[in-house]
Amino acid sequence: MYAQEVKSTGQGVKSLDEMEPDERAFQEKINADVKIEPKDWMPEGYRKTLIRQISQHAHSEIVGQLPEGNWITRAPTLERKAILLAKVQDEAGHGLYLYCAAETLGVSRDQMTEQLLSGKAKYSSIFNYPTLTWADIGAIGWLVDGAAIMNQVPLQRCSYGPYSRAMIRVCKEESFHQRQGYDIMMKLCEGAPEQKDMAQDALNRWWQPSLMMFGPPDGDSVHSAQSMAWGIKQNTNDELRQKFVDETVPQAEYLGLTVPDPDVKWNEARGHYDFGELDWDEFYEVLKGNGPCNKERLGARQKAWTDGAWFREGLMAHAKKRDARKMAAE
Amino acid sequence: MSNEWPLWEVFIRGQHGLSHRHVGSLHAPDQEIAIKNARDVYTRRNEGVSIWVVQSKDIAASSPGDKEPLYEPSNSKVYRHPTFFDIPDEVGKM
Repeated sequence: MYAQEVKSTGQGVKSLDEMEPDERAFQEKINADVKIEPKDWMPEGYRKTLIRQISQHAHSEIVGQLPEGNWITRAPTLERKAILLAKVQDEAGHGLYLYCAAETLGVSRDQMTEQLLSGKAKYSSIFNYPTLTWADIGAIGWLVDGAAIMNQVPLQRCSYGPYSRAMIRVCKEESFHQRQGYDIMMKLCEGAPEQKDMAQDALNRWWQPSLMMFGPPDGDSVHSAQSMAWGIKQNTNDELRQKFVDETVPQAEYLGLTVPDPDVKWNEARGHYDFGELDWDEFYEVLKGNGPCNKERLGARQKAWTDGAWFREGLMAHAKKRDARKMAAE
Repeated sequence: MSNEWPLWEVFIRGQHGLSHRHVGSLHAPDQEIAIKNARDVYTRRNEGVSIWVVQSKDIAASSPGDKEPLYEPSNSKVYRHPTFFDIPDEVGKM
């Protein structure tokens, strides 16, 4: 999802009897729903997997500002502009909560930034698609933030305390994002035929990428079992994807829009909507860096980091000088 | 990338009359900017009426391994709780 392909470094799931006393005590805590805190003993694989997952999640929040930032200056009204600004500011905040949670595991902020800028760390595939019209801002809030919520709600119960607490804050704020997106879609669908066409076009382009946010099908997702045993992951990719489809199809119907998948049909026997195969080749290409906007997104982050260097360094130099003067005066 | 801004822990008083509570951390070059950043990161929805910031390196913390020696002794001192003592009903409220 926001962390789509987190390779866990655990060597397959061990049973309690196979574990050394430290690891066994750790696993028993997780099984008893006791949170793991930064100074507690933890297996190296747990620490590494969490650093990967939380930093990918944080990078996604930060890069996720870019597609929407594209429309701030062109929002159709002053009110829409203020709302979009507040939303994008929230994404920055979410990135910061998450970076701090990752830092409690012994990785520094600069290390994480460097991993993002060098292309070594990943972020969600969804942010490598372009925002071509104002309707895309509606579709992102409705679908992308909707999918994010679906993933983040169970993460509030993650076994790692700082990640769980960051997720609780994020979830409190995220619902505004989805609702403002759906509100944009409702307005467009109540408007002129051209406006409704814009909304349909945005849904057509964002539907598949949104479903792929949940990550590859369970059969191909090799690291899930260990992450679930560690309480880092609560649901499988396919479970969450199905839940998202079940919630979203009726919402599209309410708008009078058509989900761009002829196979979407209510399945009475399963009690779920069926839906068609997704194009996983496209997903892996985008993750590899070959999506429509990968270069632009990374370029924007690199530019922000380089252009801001003099400012960060200047403030630090000023703080040090002032401290030195204060020390001398004392 | 060596000149990283130091890490600060942020404490917020949610309402008048409550104590400050740890809400998270952030990076800032000095305490003034740490408070401004804390305002933007942790109080975007009226979450607070007062902010404290302190550099993370200045916080001393107990270690999880000391849990038993630190907290076990209080387990046996149940007489510290008022319900340990039976007061006859006739005495009234105490």
